Amino acid sequence: MTYHNPQTTPRKSWTFDDYTLSEIRRAATTGIYDIRGGGTKRHLPHFDDLLFLGASISRYPLEGYREKCSTTVTLGTRFAKKPIELKIPVTIAGMSFGALSANAKEALGRGATIAGTSTTTGDGGMTPEERGQSKTLVYQYLPSRYGMNPDDLRKADAIEVVVGQGAKPGGGGMLLGQKISDRVAEMRNLPKGIDQRSACRHPDWTGPDDLEIKIIELREITDWEKPIYVKIGGTRPYYDTALAVKAGADVIVLDGMQGGTAATQEIFIEHVGLPILACIRPAVQALQDLGMHRKVQLIVSGGIRNGADAAKALALGADAVSIGAAALVALGDNDPSLNAEYAKLGTEAGCYDDWHEGKDPAGITTQDPDLAKHLDPVLAGRRLANFLKVMTLEIQTVARAAGHNNVHNLEPEDLCALTMEAAAMARVPLAGTAWIPGVNGSGGL
Amino acid sequence: MRTIDLSKSSLRELNEDLHRQDSGANEASWEVLNPRGAHAIAVGVDAPISVDVKGSVGYYCAGMNKQAAITVHGSAGPGVAENMMSGKVIIKGDASQYAGATGRGGMLVIEGNASSRCGISMKGIDIVVNGNIGHMSAFMAQSGHLVVCGDAGDALGDSIYEAKLFVRGKVKSLGADCIEKEMRPEHHETLTKLLKDAGLSNVKSSEFKRYGSARKLYNFNIDNADAY
Repeated sequence: MTYHNPQTTPRKSWTFDDYTLSEIRRAATTGIYDIRGGGTKRHLPHFDDLLFLGASISRYPLEGYREKCSTTVTLGTRFAKKPIELKIPVTIAGMSFGALSANAKEALGRGATIAGTSTTTGDGGMTPEERGQSKTLVYQYLPSRYGMNPDDLRKADAIEVVVGQGAKPGGGGMLLGQKISDRVAEMRNLPKGIDQRSACRHPDWTGPDDLEIKIIELREITDWEKPIYVKIGGTRPYYDTALAVKAGADVIVLDGMQGGTAATQEIFIEHVGLPILACIRPAVQALQDLGMHRKVQLIVSGGIRNGADAAKALALGADAVSIGAAALVALGDNDPSLNAEYAKLGTEAGCYDDWHEGKDPAGITTQDPDLAKHLDPVLAGRRLANFLKVMTLEIQTVARAAGHNNVHNLEPEDLCALTMEAAAMARVPLAGTAWIPGVNGSGGL
Repeated sequence: MRTIDLSKSSLRELNEDLHRQDSGANEASWEVLNPRGAHAIAVGVDAPISVDVKGSVGYYCAGMNKQAAITVHGSAGPGVAENMMSGKVIIKGDASQYAGATGRGGMLVIEGNASSRCGISMKGIDIVVNGNIGHMSAFMAQSGHLVVCGDAGDALGDSIYEAKLFVRGKVKSLGADCIEKEMRPEHHETLTKLLKDAGLSNVKSSEFKRYGSARKLYNFNIDNADAY
């Protein structure tokens, strides 16, 4: 028998996989870190690692589509003269005009208004399209203060002081020059075509005591009418929530690391922050320790995709959830019908994330007027409304199955976890046991 | 003249009354007594009225002012006239940090000194300081003018965009991408008007140097990485 130099099968490194190798080559060629939009793409513990228990004998379920299950939520009941009343506990997260086209902002407003919920401005100010189509509009007060003016503060239904964002806690915006149209440049008081480094921290306050005074100023300017939200990136949720409450927030917006962004460094998106699953219970704990749970409302965001995610967030103690990426998909972002266009950009539907380049064929993350026309704001708004209504039906469905006539009655006891990691983060028992890692002993049934 | 004494009335009553002036009320002159360092005095005013605050104020006095002429007969805490849109704010004493932060229009005059970060992220406001200013002033300043009759601290104009800075005294150091620029006739003309509007007509524009952006960091280039 003759052996002819047998070879082992070529094997690629687990550590240096194809993506890692391509990123090293890209960095070596361009001399800049990768910048992209969207949220994390790596696997993280998430709501899928939790299950609802439903009702049997120890709990009594309600009849689907027959017995009422309330979904309304009131935000800003602590200090504001005019709290916000929403029909559903799902809101639209802050996304800027600049990052998104005017048509996309209009579509978000249309969809949210049909569904009975709020939209939120972003790093770039308030546009007439957005205010005009949004029955309830939250105005973000951001470190960059682009477009900030007292007239728009007064036009808003609530003010959201953005301290951090889940996709980039501690980081600022990265709107590159190619997306700076005449209109965006004018709104931001900057020359056309230059990179815009939105600040990572507010210019005129430096800590929680200053934040408290800043909130008083905003309340005084708006005659204490508007709820003041404080948005924090999910990093130190217990302490940041407690300090936001101390500073006078009416509502806390807690954004986990799966949350999307218009454009920032890949290293931020994938390596900074905490999964939202790990953030909710510490934040709720802070509210409970201060006697403020349900008095200061908690909105949770960061990778919320459907009614199941939303219901689980509510069960863990949130008053509402907020969606960003899912809303854009509902409008038509990354739609397979555009695959030929995505292919021209070197990518495919479901993977397109170079939002900073402004070439979005869906007409959503662009300032190119021709591309922006690809999005019909009326049709896209209708799609978003449908999606929001489906999410709400899904939340009601599991709430009824767990025996609740109000989605806000969902509670941690309605949940169990499939993995030890999820059980520890969400502080619910590992499935089939009474064991909550980090909370109690090894546990029986 | 309408007088509100903050030892007898609340801050809320003061601001509420001032906000009512945008609906046709005819109280053109206001006097605020006993401010005693209170925060958020005369914020969000949107009417062509004059407000004289007789004493020193805390944070954010005259924040987001539109149209009004507000004079503080004392010193001001952090963030005075922050995000001012128009009108005029005069501080007879000194101002703390972030004076005129993100201001978009109008004029802020500080007759004493200003602390750090004066004019931070300014977006169109004109700021005139008769005394000195502290470090990191005009950080990321986008547009408008900052005039300093005294000295400037460290890192003046760091990461500046298109704001124009005029300093009569010494500058301890310039921040990233901020350079001294030629004073051309149009700059003398602009500066002379700013000084006059600020009530400093005895100061000559020829005594100032101009600073602004080198515009080298406007678009990222890895070869400039040392500047970041």
